[in-house]
Amino acid sequence: MSKPKQVLVACGAGIATSTVVNNAIEEMAKENNLKLDIKQIKIAEVGGYEDSADLLVTTAMTKKEYPFPVINARSFLTGISVEDTKKQILDELLK
Amino acid sequence: MSQLNFNESLIFTQLQADSKEEVIQHMADNLVNQGLVKKSYKEAVIEREIEFATGLPTGSLSVAIPHTDVKHVNRKSISIATLSKPVLFGVMGDDDTTPVQLVFMLAMDEEHSQLSLLQKLMAIFQDDELLTMIYQEDDKTKIKKLIENQLDLSMKEGELNV
Repeated sequence: MSKPKQVLVACGAGIATSTVVNNAIEEMAKENNLKLDIKQIKIAEVGGYEDSADLLVTTAMTKKEYPFPVINARSFLTGISVEDTKKQILDELLK
Repeated sequence: MSQLNFNESLIFTQLQADSKEEVIQHMADNLVNQGLVKKSYKEAVIEREIEFATGLPTGSLSVAIPHTDVKHVNRKSISIATLSKPVLFGVMGDDDTTPVQLVFMLAMDEEHSQLSLLQKLMAIFQDDELLTMIYQEDDKTKIKKLIENQLDLSMKEGELNV
């Protein structure tokens, strides 16, 4: 078994949006039989995971460059194009 | 777990404001005066809104969900305002701005929780018809009921932790 991919779910305060997105990704992982290591954090804490994370899904604007892909998670809140975002995340996880 | 505070005194209809700061100030002052949040809450929300915008363009009208760290909150609350004219908020996770007509100010007292409550709130943002209904309603009690029905507050869902 390979190591589960580490997915960071981050928003500004670690309260509202990341909670909802976290749950959506957990469900996605279940549906697709993927083992994930999901970390729900504040965007300011991302730096601590730079060496271990495979993907960052966030609703907080980030101009910083990371060594892993960053996906905007706003669609999970508005419902607009949420299927596209899910596909984007899944594509990254299946790489 | 504390109960969610949400009633007519936390609802503003046709709030007049020229900027997002004015909207936040007005709503936050009310939360401070009611003792639901600490004095530091207002500045914290304004600063966070600049750094991490919370405007959400939805299908029909744009919504904003200003909030901040749990340490500024005394009691879990939601405050709602319909704006007399659209006010520009930054779009969450983007460089754009969006003309916001409905504001849901969140005062959450725990991190990483209230999933059920938050999911129901997000479901409201995805319901164009309901958003329009809330926006066009001037009766605070009716707005309260519309939201309560969605959030199942009678079931005390706001207290659920996951």
